[in-house]
This record gives sequence, structure tokens and C-alpha cells, in this order.
Amino acid sequence: MADPVNFTIDGRQVQASPGTLLINAAKQAGIEIPAFCYYDGLSLQAACRMCLVEVEKTPKLQVACTLPVAEGMVVHTDSAQVRQARKGTLEFLLTNHPLDCPVCDKGGECELQDMVFRYGAGESRFVEAKIHVDEKQWSPIVFYDAPRCILCYRCVRICGEGLGVNALGIGNRGAVSEIVPNRGDHLECDECGACIDICPVGALTSGTYRYKTRPWEMEHVGTICTHCSNGCKTTLGVRNGHIIRANNRDRSGLNGEFLCVKGRYAFDFNEHPERLTAPLVRATNGELRPVSWAQALATVAKKFTELRARNGKFAVLGSNHTTNEENYLLQKFARQVLRTSNIDHHRTGDVATLMDALHDRQNALATTSDLYNSKAALVIGSDLAQEQPFIAFQLRANWRHHKAHVYAVTPGPVREDNYATTLNAEPGREFEALESLREKLAAEPELIIVFGAAIKGQAVARLVEFGDSLNIPVKYVCLVDYSNSRGASDMGVVPGLLPGYHSVQDAGLEPGLNYDQILAATDLDAVWVVGTNPVARQPIAATNAFVLVQDLFLTETARRADVVLPAASAYEKNGTVTNVCGDVQKLSRGPKTMGAKSDLEIIALLAKEMREDLRATSPEAVFQEIRKSVRGYDVPFAVVETGGAAHTVPLNGRVAFESEPEAIRSAGNTLFTSGTLGRFSKMLNAVIESPGALYEDPHKRSFVRPGSVQVETVTQEK
Amino acid sequence: MRYNEPSPLEQMVISYRFDLPNSTSIDTYLANDGYVAIQKAIGLTPEAIIDELKASSLRGRGGAGFPTGMKWSFVPRNTGKPSYVICNSDESEPGTCKDRLLMENDPHQLIEGMLIAGWTIKSNKGYVVIRGEYRYLIEIVDRAIAEAYARGYLGKNILGSGWDFDLYTHSGAGAYECGEETALLESLEGKRGVPRLKPPFPAVVGAFQSPTILNNTETLSSIPVILRKGGAWYAELGLPKNGGTRLMCVSGHVNKPGVYELPMGFPLMRLINEVCGGMRNGKKLKAVIPGGSSSPVLKAEECDIPLDYDSLAKAKTMAGSGGLVVLDEDTDIVAVALRTIKFYAHESCGWCIPCREGTAWLKKIIGRFHDGGGQQSDIDLIAELANNMLGRTFCPLGDAAAMPTAAFVAKFRDEFESRLNHSRTAQAVPELAIV
Repeated sequence: MADPVNFTIDGRQVQASPGTLLINAAKQAGIEIPAFCYYDGLSLQAACRMCLVEVEKTPKLQVACTLPVAEGMVVHTDSAQVRQARKGTLEFLLTNHPLDCPVCDKGGECELQDMVFRYGAGESRFVEAKIHVDEKQWSPIVFYDAPRCILCYRCVRICGEGLGVNALGIGNRGAVSEIVPNRGDHLECDECGACIDICPVGALTSGTYRYKTRPWEMEHVGTICTHCSNGCKTTLGVRNGHIIRANNRDRSGLNGEFLCVKGRYAFDFNEHPERLTAPLVRATNGELRPVSWAQALATVAKKFTELRARNGKFAVLGSNHTTNEENYLLQKFARQVLRTSNIDHHRTGDVATLMDALHDRQNALATTSDLYNSKAALVIGSDLAQEQPFIAFQLRANWRHHKAHVYAVTPGPVREDNYATTLNAEPGREFEALESLREKLAAEPELIIVFGAAIKGQAVARLVEFGDSLNIPVKYVCLVDYSNSRGASDMGVVPGLLPGYHSVQDAGLEPGLNYDQILAATDLDAVWVVGTNPVARQPIAATNAFVLVQDLFLTETARRADVVLPAASAYEKNGTVTNVCGDVQKLSRGPKTMGAKSDLEIIALLAKEMREDLRATSPEAVFQEIRKSVRGYDVPFAVVETGGAAHTVPLNGRVAFESEPEAIRSAGNTLFTSGTLGRFSKMLNAVIESPGALYEDPHKRSFVRPGSVQVETVTQEK
Repeated sequence: MRYNEPSPLEQMVISYRFDLPNSTSIDTYLANDGYVAIQKAIGLTPEAIIDELKASSLRGRGGAGFPTGMKWSFVPRNTGKPSYVICNSDESEPGTCKDRLLMENDPHQLIEGMLIAGWTIKSNKGYVVIRGEYRYLIEIVDRAIAEAYARGYLGKNILGSGWDFDLYTHSGAGAYECGEETALLESLEGKRGVPRLKPPFPAVVGAFQSPTILNNTETLSSIPVILRKGGAWYAELGLPKNGGTRLMCVSGHVNKPGVYELPMGFPLMRLINEVCGGMRNGKKLKAVIPGGSSSPVLKAEECDIPLDYDSLAKAKTMAGSGGLVVLDEDTDIVAVALRTIKFYAHESCGWCIPCREGTAWLKKIIGRFHDGGGQQSDIDLIAELANNMLGRTFCPLGDAAAMPTAAFVAKFRDEFESRLNHSRTAQAVPELAIV
């Protein structure tokens, strides 16, 4: 590393590494240089002129956000001249600002308010007419109020540079400059809302949150998004037990400023009117009738006990969304109490085979931060931007900031084409494409291979062999689809594997039926379905079986049930989940739905009702048991407890296991779908303009704004 | 064509072909020293050409007055990237109308200047970026380019040198800001016309991320004669560090306004009285804006000054683009200040806060003041706001708006105050005019 640069700031001698921008060097020294347009990781603008500081031996004030520190530089950030300049700039900013703070969504957490409070003048000398422009709605999610906009261009940059969507630009010039959407009067984009989160003022506001509350009336609960497997932290704004918004309030999660449309807006399923709030038991007339929890639990316990007593055949279907603790306890219940190995979940990636192929290697599983730091990455068989939005963002950021080489082997066009070396290969022919990349890949200093559900069974082992043949350090990510798909696999919600990828045979058990076999079996006596909806695809063949369903909604599967127990959503419980890269993070309970119980509590209550002792049953106690007993989960407790991400490495020898590639299927979600859960999000459905067809010809599409006439997109003429 | 009679005091070095019949045709150009300099240049090394330019003490005629030879010397060669020669013909500074004549009357001189620039940095491509309002000039320059291609002065293997050079015209889209060199590059690349962060400077990272020579029309038009007659000869025409001649564009209250080619350092009062035939209607001189509307005004008593970069800088104004506006005793300075700030408020690109909001606010205050709604405190406020813009904006447009405004208030405060007291409508306006 090069020698540090010595410079003086506000009379203090400090050091910074060469090339550090003055604004960051000052921050490292604990000195704030205010700025609007400067944003870590986005291109430099020098547009807001708030960061002007005095540098000795230069005639004019200098822009701290674009000036690298130099040896011997003497900087004053709080001189009379600097204070006057800040005051002047803020005075300019407020000239056309509507000062409607009392009704502005951003009031109380607005950077402009904070800046004026700290650096501005107490009175205004502006007595002229302000420029007024009416507020515009660009999509169900995005509203733009031009007069509040300070034109810091953060939104334009996060959309273009950060996400590669380029849906925002700048229109007009001078004092009437404004941000404009990509389709004239509306937006066609990922609807991720990053522009809204990054807006320092109330210019961009969200359709879900606007005019609903004052920020200080909410409790801010940092938890993990319950949709895809990427494990983004989302901060729920909870008021009186209701989620009012979800956003990236402090950017403290592994996802930094990133969240997709699901993380920011698809929390509304939680308050869908069809949420179940009381247990349902099928009455003699065939109807599902609400009963008390005590009655429902007693019914189930009685049935289970009775079936077990006569060696009945049980099967358990677990969830991709429930916590590690719930998954752990569920398989424990199934194997210990119900004495069955018929347990599985909808497997969306062949994690177990990867664990087997890598067996005792060190450093072979990539973390989410590795994706940002690796010199090279290869994506196989996934439309990353659609299915794994944060992974896609992370790789793009790596390319943007570190010039990482990204390669993609996909069946069709993907957004990564914009910057990656991509090869199109039909499903099943990926390895031919890989061979043609061999030379380039082997020349990289290191590589992360990210593979989707198209690579499963034998192909996984073959992929690892290919990685080995490159003779460079290679790490892997096996893509899975839902918030705790990885955790379900790690916790042994799989027919042949106990928690931590131990074969069931080690415990003297035989592997049971898998997901598809459970549905197809006609001789089952009881099927227990926790947070999954198989009947949407295929009926339960065992027509006489007793079916217990735990879910948020009366899904197709729940309609078939004999007892339905209303479950709490991931946002309503504590626990941990493991993301696609194996990073364990903590869920924190935000809202509460009266009548619903967490799956953990339900399992524990059932055990109690059946007079079985599962020992640990609280989220905390079960997590401790997992830390002690599950391979790879002996993670630092403090990291998880304080909201950090701890990487699990469940590698330790071969996995004796039949991989059953036919049981592994991608959920095929896009940016705008999220399995059954997504169907209950009004917002997610409102923004589906063209499901799954983000890349079709935009000129052929039209868009209907709520409460307005249809606006046709006119085909551009030459 | 010319729009005014030439003056006998003119020293025509780059404008002497203007009066020739068919002055735009390549035949006329060839018969009058045309394409001699490029032949000479092809026999010279880039260093020799740059040395000749340094010796000429030619300075950029667009406004900033940066030494051209030095600017060319900053362009890295053999980078493996292409390089470009760009002519800034986005002449938009109010009061300036010289580039127009150079393109209208002698386009081949400009083409030859660009060829020399191209040869110097071994560029193969050049663009003449002409302001949108000069549409008719694009036709003239295009015709000249076609002639030059036909005669082998453009295209492949120019003059047997083995070097290729293609030249294109490109139309601006109606923004003053795009005369700022980096905004011009953005506009040329098809992007929104806002300035770029500097460094890197266009010499190193210019058009299409490549090394670029970017000069004003008049600067490039002066290159052929410098190579033909030598840098020392050219420098001799003017003053030390202010070599050669420049086209002075005189407008306002003189008898013979027009564009005159005069040596650098020509005295301002002689320009008014001898070249331009004195003040119109025998009125007294009140003030002169010496270098386009962005230069701070000179009061009559400050006008005994030579017109060169350094003398004007010493007088806290600037030679700028050579657009002089002469104002007589009847001129309403408040109206001039309003007209000036209106222009800059209209042309601010909006990129940075002080320029975007500052020009708009100043326009409103001065407009209110002009219309009789002013208050005593407004005068200081105008000066203070101009000061809050000065040196704090992203590009020089903010300074271009603030400098003249500050100067109008500082030098003609009495006019602002008398406006306050003697306005026809002053009595009728409430104390605090909130429009």
C-alpha cells in the first residue's frame, strides 16, 4: 500500500490513503462536510456546492467531494467564509422550494431540513414568486414533486449506474430543470423505489406511504425481507401494529442501499383482508369452521397421537419462508415425534449436491460480500436481474467499482448483457458454452461461480470439476429462490438428510418420500403442510389423509385441509434465516396479526399437547441448539444478535445422499412475482405491467394509471 | 459577405479574403495563399508546430484567452486511442459575431487550421460544432468541406502524406451552455448539454473519452497564417503575451458598428472614435462592456485602455470573446443589467445550485427593481447574491452572470438608487412587493 498522505484539517494533523476524496478523508477524521449530491459509490457530480471548503493557497473555495487529499494540504471546513458559502447555497436552494414541510412525507427525516437547521439562515430574503409545478404520478409507486426537488441527481444515478435501468433523466434547463421518467409521462422500470429511498428530500415519494404518517410516529424494525433468497435487510416502519412502509432506512444490511420492489413494497400481503385470524376445523357438514386455538390444537394432537399409535403413515411438507428455528423444530418433530422421514420442502436449487461436491474445502462458498469483491464471476442458468435482484446488483456494483469481469451463460437475453461477457446456451448445453469460456476464465486470478436450478444432480459435480480444472481459486453460490430456501436445506427439511447434511442413515433411519412422492402417494394417513402451497400445482393424492395446514391465507392447499392454523408471517416473528450465500441473519418482529401464531409456537404447542418434550422451543433457545448441533452454524452469536450477517459453512466431508434432481425446480419468479405470497400483495400486482417480460419492445406497450384514462405509448417515429 | 465597411485602421491578417469575390470557394482560397500552411506543416514535427504557436503567443479567442500552443502541447500522443479536433463554433456570447463572419466568408481558412491541428496530434477526425441558430452557415461550411474532399485536402492520404483526416459539421441545439467546451463535447456525443467535471481536461479526455484539441473558430482560423508567416511575425503584430490580431465586434451607440480586425492591444477609445466613427448622435460615452456580456462593465473614465487580455484583466474585466458593447449617456443601466441577467437565467443549464437558483432570483429582483418595485435593501441584496455565486458554481456560466451584475451595481449604484426614488411607478407599489 502506498504511503498515507498527511494533511491538516481544522487544525488537526491527519492521514488518509492517497486518492481519498477530501469529503471522505474528513469523515474519517470525524469532521462532517455537508453535501447533497455526493453519494458513496455513485459518480461524482459536484453539483450541489454544499461541500465547498477553504484550502490554503487556493484562491477559491474548493469542492471537497471531488478533491483528492494532497500532502501538506491545509483545509478549513468551518471558517467564516465556508459558513457563509453554505448559508448562501441553502438560501438559493430554498428560493423555489415550497417549504411545505408540515405535510411533506420527508418531514423529520429530510436532509434539506437538517442542513438548513445546521448550516442555514434563520430567515428568508426571497420575496419573489416561486416557480410551481404540479406533482406528477409516474407509476403506482413513484410520485414526483418537482418544486421540492433539489436536483442532486442521486435518483438518476442509482437508477442508471446502480441498477442499470436508466429510467430517469433530466428535463428542461435552468431553474425549471426537473427529473423526468423514461416514457414521457410515466415510468417503465423495475419499480424498485431506490430513487425514492435515495432522495434526500420529499421530491420522490412512494405510493404506499405518502401522506400516511409522520416518520416519528413509527417504530423502525430492521428485519430480513421474506420474499427471495437474497436476504436483504428491510426496515419496517410500524405504527400501532401495522406496517406503514419498508425501506432502507440506515443502509446497514448486507444489501447497503439496495432493495427491490418486493423488499420495499410487497409487505402489504401482511394486512391482506384474507389473512387467517382464527384456526379452522372441518365440520361434519364439510365446511371449515373457525374454532379456538385450544380446540384446534386438541383436534390435531388427538389425530396425530391416534395415527401414531397405529403406525400411521405421516408426511411433512416444510416451507421456504419459515425460520431456521421453525425448520429445525419441524424436522425434529417429524423425525422424533411422528417417527417419519417423509419430510421435504420445495427445493429450488441443488444445495446438498454442492455441499457433497465441495466436501472438505475451505473457502469454497462465497458470501454476499465476496460477490462484490471477487475479481471475476460466472453466472450460469439464471436471469439474475429478474430472479436474484440483489445478487445482480452486487455483481454489477463489483463491475462498476472494481472493474470485475462478469461472465454469463444464459438461455436468452439478460440484463447482465450490458456489461458482462455473455453466451447464450440452450438448457442442457451450458457446458459447451463453458468450454468456450475456459481460456478466459482460467486467466482470471479468482472466480465465483453462481449457478441456477438448471445445474443440478450430476451437473453440479461436473461444474465443480470444471472449476477445479481452471486451477484458480473458485467459490460457489447455488442459487435458491426463497427467503429461507437455503435454511430449509441446511436444517434437514429434506427426506434423506438431517440438519447439517448428515445422512438420515447415520441416525438409523431410512430416507423418506420427497415432495413430489408425498403428493403422489395414495396411502398416507396424515399430511402436515407448513407454509407451502403444493395444491396450486398438484392435488394431494391421498384423498383420505388427515391434512393439517399452517398458513397465512386460505390457499388452495388450505382449502383441502382438515385443520388450518393461522400462521404469523416472517415480519411478525423473531428467529433467523439463511440467505442464498449461507449468510445467517436475524428476523425481528414488527407488526402482529391478532389470532395468528408463529409456526415455532404452533409446533411447540402441538408437542405440548401431545405431551412430547422437544426441549428448546423459544426462537433464542432453538437457535442456540442449532449453533451447537448443526454443522456450519457455530456462528458468532453477537454478530447475528446485533443484526449482522454471519456466514455458515456446512462443509465437512461427503454427503451420503441421493440428489433426486427431478425434485429440484426453480420457482420461476420474476421481479414482480413471489409465489403464493406475491398473489396477496396488492402493490406487487399493481405494478405488474407486463409480467416477466421486462425486455419486450417498450413501444408496443401501454400503461393505465389508476383513476385516469389510458395513456397510449406512441411508437416513436423517425 | 461583410456587414460593415472595413476601416483603414484594420490590420487584416485573417479577414483579408472576406472582400474577395467568391471568397468561400476553394479556388479563391487556393489563389490567395490557401492550403500552403498545411503543406508546410506536413514537413514539420508536431513539436515544431507547437513551438511556432507558442512563439506566436496566440491565445484562445473564445473567451478564456488560454495560450493555444500550450493547450496543444497537453494533448497526449500515441495513446492507442483515436484523437479528435473540435472547432467550437457555438458562438453565443451576446455582443459577439465574429466566428460567423469567418465561416461565412472564409471557411477554407478554418478547415486548414483544423487540418494543421489534426496533423499535429495525428488525429483522423474533426468536427465543426456550429450553433443551431447558424444553420445557414452549416451549408457554407459543408460546401467548403465537400470542395476540400474533392481536391484531396480532406479524406485519405492528404497531400501524399499517408495521413487521413475526415471533417464533419455538427449542429448545436440552442444552448449557450454548450459553448462551454465540456458541455459542447457532451452535446456532440448526443448527451444533455451540461459541463463535465474537470480534470481531466479535454486535451487528455475529450470527445468520446479521447485526447482532443478543442479551439474557437477564430483561434483555428488564425493557425494557417501563423505557420505561413511564422510565429514571431504574428506575435509582433500585437503586444507581448498577446500576439496577433483579433476580430473586435462592436455594437451599441457608435456611428459605425461592425466587426474589425485590429492588433491586440489596440486602444479602446481609438476603436470607438476612429474605427467606429465616434459616438452616435454626438452623445457622451457612458460605459463599455468590453468582452461580451459576461465581462464586467467599464465606466467611461476607465475606457482609456488597450484592448488586450492582460490590460483588461488588470482593470478587473476581461477581453473575453471580443464583443464590445458601447453605451451612451442615455442608457438605462438597470435595463442593461436586467437584459443581461435575463439572458443568463434563460441559459443556465441548471446543473449546480448557485447558478440555477442565483440567476433566476437575480432576474426576479432586478426585474422587479426595473419595473419600479424595488426597495433600498434590494441593491445590496443583488450585490450579495452575485457574490454568493462568484467562484462557487460548477462552470464559468455562473461567474459570467454574477460578474457583470456585480459590476453594474458597484459602478452604477447611483442609477439603481435614483430608480428607487424617481421611478414613475414607485409610489404605486407597496413596500414589500410580493408578486
